[in-house]
Amino acid sequence: MKKSTIINLIFVLAIGIALHLLRKAGFINGYYDHILTKICMFIIAAVSLNLINGICGQFSLGHAGFMAVGAYIAAIFTKNPGLIIPEAIAGMPRFFVALIIGGLMAAFVGFLVGLPTLRLRGDYLAITTLGFGEIIRVLLLNWKFVGGASGYFGIKPYANFLSVYVLAVITVFIIQNFITSSYGRACIAIREDEMAAETMGIHTTKYKIIAFVLAAFFAGIAGGIYAHLMQAIMPRDFSFLVSVDILLMVVLGGLGSTSGSIMAAIFLTLVTESLRRFQSLRVIIYSLMLIFIMIFRPQGLLGGQELSVSMLKEKIKLLFGRIKPEKGYASTNGTE
Amino acid sequence: MLKIEDLHVYYGAIHAIKGVTLEVQEGSIVTLIGANGAGKTTILRTISGLERPKKGKIEFMGTDITNLPAPDIVKLGISHVPEGRRIFLGMSVLENLELGAFLSRDKKSNKKSLENVFDHFPRLYERRQQIAGTLSGGEQQMLAMGRALMSKPKLMILDEPSMGLAPILVLQIFDIIEEIHKQGTTILLIEQNAKMALSLADYGYVLETGKIVMQGRTSELLQSEDVKRAYLGGA
Repeated sequence: MKKSTIINLIFVLAIGIALHLLRKAGFINGYYDHILTKICMFIIAAVSLNLINGICGQFSLGHAGFMAVGAYIAAIFTKNPGLIIPEAIAGMPRFFVALIIGGLMAAFVGFLVGLPTLRLRGDYLAITTLGFGEIIRVLLLNWKFVGGASGYFGIKPYANFLSVYVLAVITVFIIQNFITSSYGRACIAIREDEMAAETMGIHTTKYKIIAFVLAAFFAGIAGGIYAHLMQAIMPRDFSFLVSVDILLMVVLGGLGSTSGSIMAAIFLTLVTESLRRFQSLRVIIYSLMLIFIMIFRPQGLLGGQELSVSMLKEKIKLLFGRIKPEKGYASTNGTE
Repeated sequence: MLKIEDLHVYYGAIHAIKGVTLEVQEGSIVTLIGANGAGKTTILRTISGLERPKKGKIEFMGTDITNLPAPDIVKLGISHVPEGRRIFLGMSVLENLELGAFLSRDKKSNKKSLENVFDHFPRLYERRQQIAGTLSGGEQQMLAMGRALMSKPKLMILDEPSMGLAPILVLQIFDIIEEIHKQGTTILLIEQNAKMALSLADYGYVLETGKIVMQGRTSELLQSEDVKRAYLGGA
């Protein structure tokens, strides 16, 4: 592991512990606790969508569909003790196993959707995933076992802040590792120029599918968390608009930037919550705000850059002019 | 080394390549010249697996590669420098080069390839941290060639390396092609700049609307009245 990764991890864990202590001390009430958990869930969803849309450059609109798969599958497993998972595994462990099964199912479905469409270039993926999301929703509407249109109720609230925070950290860690691995570089090459990537010997379809399936897996996890946070899920919770919401986070954060997706997930969730008191005006304020952000910052908050502790330190040092730019900067001008 | 037999390629209903047969001997430089739309690029794309032929056979060092996927063809040792360079504009020079060795997991040999590329192109070493999109046209061409060299190809196919470059840079690029050839890489070169290509290569093919209309040693082609009239400008 690189030193900067460790610093970032320590930093992130420190925030988690601090928030947890604040909760324990009673500074964060149930409502805010709920929002914090929701933010972590959206972070998982946004960071995974960024892998497809930002890193691979493939336009997917089906994230809500994968979340729905994960949500319903995970909920079925926690609501029916003894179903496949032995009954001895109960409570939180069962929740985690159910989440993983939900994620795996979503990944499997992602594979089925991706296999035929990712071979093609262009907008096919957007159209197929859009259709896929709707198909899942309609299927759920007609599935009596999970309540159909009236929803699936009585799901236990296993998704508390601490567990979801840890899951979000693990997700970001895994996806970030993927991005910096040779797999990630292949995906970025595909985004930059698919034909050139192919002449480098990159099996473009294979890498697109791997990224897509990985993203679908984490979307499924996010869905499972959603189910155990809201305690009741309905097919309309996973409508096309949810996919768009998550896509907004990715675009707003800056396509291709994991930390950007995280920041945008935090920001947009907070905005949505704080605009609740304006009721129907909220939609208008929300859209106006997005339009302005996109006019003045079309590349997104971070514009493809990554935010990290070491980078912040560098920026602050530069700001106060205490040190000259490090050697790394000088070499870009070829003056070494 | 490379043998193409009776190759036919279609773009939809358009019959782009109409039965091309050609051969590249190991250790040689072969050039394919012809006007715009003659089908030069299509032939190269078919060799490296980016287009599928309807009929015909492509053989590389005894292996039938006609319907192999592009990555497998790279693995066998054919490296394609595509038309218009197609470098990864958003990445640094170094990242571009590293991607060229994508299939090789051997760090030591990759480092050696990198040193070899920097020997050919000292300019790329100077600019290794620079974002590729900010390079000049000539430097981008060098990067495309360097990237192709990273996979240590046995056969390098170049699609119009002189396109859009100043004459002085064209000379430089051709010198480098010669250097690469001297190190033991066989070269198949497509050019609009027929004079340059024919003076560098050993053997040439002339392509017209999907067919080979003439072939021979380049010294002979340079003397041919037809070639002179059509491609070299002057009688």
